[in-house]
Amino acid sequence: MRLEGWGRYPRHESEIVTLSAPDDLGRILRERSGIIARGNGRAYGDAAIGASATLLAGSLNRMRAFDPATGRLTVEAGVLLSEILESFVPRGFFPPVVPGTKLVSVGGMIAADVHGKNHHRDGGFGAHLQSLRLALPGGEVVDCSPQENGELFAATVGGMGLTGIILEATLVLRRIETSWIVQNTTVAPDLAGALAALDQTDDATYSVAWIDCLARGASLGRSLIFAGEHASREEVAAAGPARDLLPSAPAARLGVPIDLPGWTLNRASVAAFNELYFRRGAMAGRERQLVHWNPYFFPLDSVARWNRIYGARGFLQHQCVVPRANAQPVLAEILERFARSGKASFLAVLKKLGAGSGLLSFPMEGYTLALDVKVSDDIFPLLDEIDRLVVAAGGRLYLAKDARQSRETFEAGYPRLGEFRALRRASGAEHRIESHLSRRLGL
Amino acid sequence: MTEPRKTLLLIGATSDIGHATAQAYAKAGWNVQLTARNEEAARRNADDIATRSGVEVGVHRLDVLDLESFAALLDGLPTVPDTVVCVVGELGEQDRAQTDIQFAAKVLRTNFEGPALLLGMLAERFLLRGSGTIFGVSSVAGDRGRRSNYVYGAAKAGFSAFLSGLRSRLSVAGLRVITVKPGFVRTRMTAGMKLPPLLTASPEEVAGAILAADRAGRGRDVLYVRRLWRPIMLAISSVPEPLFKKLPL
Repeated sequence: MRLEGWGRYPRHESEIVTLSAPDDLGRILRERSGIIARGNGRAYGDAAIGASATLLAGSLNRMRAFDPATGRLTVEAGVLLSEILESFVPRGFFPPVVPGTKLVSVGGMIAADVHGKNHHRDGGFGAHLQSLRLALPGGEVVDCSPQENGELFAATVGGMGLTGIILEATLVLRRIETSWIVQNTTVAPDLAGALAALDQTDDATYSVAWIDCLARGASLGRSLIFAGEHASREEVAAAGPARDLLPSAPAARLGVPIDLPGWTLNRASVAAFNELYFRRGAMAGRERQLVHWNPYFFPLDSVARWNRIYGARGFLQHQCVVPRANAQPVLAEILERFARSGKASFLAVLKKLGAGSGLLSFPMEGYTLALDVKVSDDIFPLLDEIDRLVVAAGGRLYLAKDARQSRETFEAGYPRLGEFRALRRASGAEHRIESHLSRRLGL
Repeated sequence: MTEPRKTLLLIGATSDIGHATAQAYAKAGWNVQLTARNEEAARRNADDIATRSGVEVGVHRLDVLDLESFAALLDGLPTVPDTVVCVVGELGEQDRAQTDIQFAAKVLRTNFEGPALLLGMLAERFLLRGSGTIFGVSSVAGDRGRRSNYVYGAAKAGFSAFLSGLRSRLSVAGLRVITVKPGFVRTRMTAGMKLPPLLTASPEEVAGAILAADRAGRGRDVLYVRRLWRPIMLAISSVPEPLFKKLPL
């Protein structure tokens, strides 16, 4: 069957293997090679397309145990983040790290060592895992954690599913008094202002900046910076008429930062949209707003299948991180080149990151910039140029988003790659567990 | 919640429809007792339900072919359940059932004898207490014997007839018996089959229909999950036999 990632590019033929019962996994692994597990298919590029076969692991979708005293939750790897939120937000618990969509599997979150708006403070998803259970290429099942089989654990966190099939994970949920978020919005007139504002929100639990990609010249990098905290009972009570302290997902969307329109990506409409957006943001500037957790963390999830707006050829998300020193000129150059090309999305996301925990974890001390571009023939040379800027600055690209970086770019960005490759050789994973991504990048 | 929690007994807990149904009841605040032949697989489902909803979930081993074990199972339950849902069933390949008499007998017993007799025993306990609701998951395949799956269809026809009679008898005491006909369902049992989307429900949809019918406290006696099935099966049932036997159904 022809498979694609969330960006709908590239598309590859891969045989579908459905895991109907967990017991079948050993047999499948022994019989197959060139296979990769696929959770909810939210990796953007070719990470979850098996080189020859793709294991649909959706039937590994049972929750195993929860201890309300400690927040410890054990789930199978196919459980979705949205399901964890559905079950535990009403009970006063929140996942320690959430990415920009809740429609991801736990296995996928581990494989990509996803980061959230709190990475600068709390680290990535992998940092909150107590242990995980992995089926090795030969079918043997092992538990690993920072204390037990530590090397395998470090390779699996951020390892893009290439160390084995993730079966189960134990993580610790955080306690929340309410599931509302107190959001502080500030406006930065340019990139220097945006970086400074992110530095100033270091103490905030959550912070992220949205950059207006069409602003040029002196306004290049103008941004809205959203800082957020889990609201206390008192804060929710003070905000007005009695409301549910722990609303679940489909509740009314209150104070959504923007109403995502059914936009078309023509330049004029995008420019107009940004103007409006900034005026709204500026008006709300420094105003504290109570925001429902769902639109706060997952604004795009409310637009089903938004990946289709870029047309049939799909789109690419370019997400890089550059080290803190010298970040500003490099990011400015990247934004400028995107702006000049007129091909970038109307918004880019800028976020401060701390160090990563796995051998191939994306985060490093620095700033990450992500933006979407529609696939077209002339976009590839532009992205290659931008990659060179990233590499020269000592940065790298996020594998969960990647669909096209060169092997050179990849190798330059991931200094612990040698250890990862050695582990894959030693465990026999090298040829047995293989995605199109791993083949493309020689992982 | 000030009222004591109600209890669901789910027979056939490792099926996709069974798990989805138990999940839906637990989410609505019911305690859940599960039975299944494979206790380990049922335990995995029970843990899932308990983790997601925080309710109590019990697991009991039960083989519906083992009639002798029914009484002990029912005696061993912590309480007489408020609702029982039986989803036990096995499609059984028609080709094999035509030539392998032991296999055919097993299909008949699994789909008819076991589920019917177990629900019959529960009905007696419900009558003694004066309350209880019974859901039997039968099949549109039982509405008319077709050449492509008449062994399974005959068993389901028998089950539907049993439920119909039981319903009539229990209605005098104000108790409900509901026959559920899910139509096509996207489950492991039908994985890989090409199914028409309009006539195919998800296990969660079947579960939602059962819970809604239970909560309503009254309503249809025979529940077609996708409404379109009712006119279709009415039409199929009314084709005269001379014509029907020519149809490649």
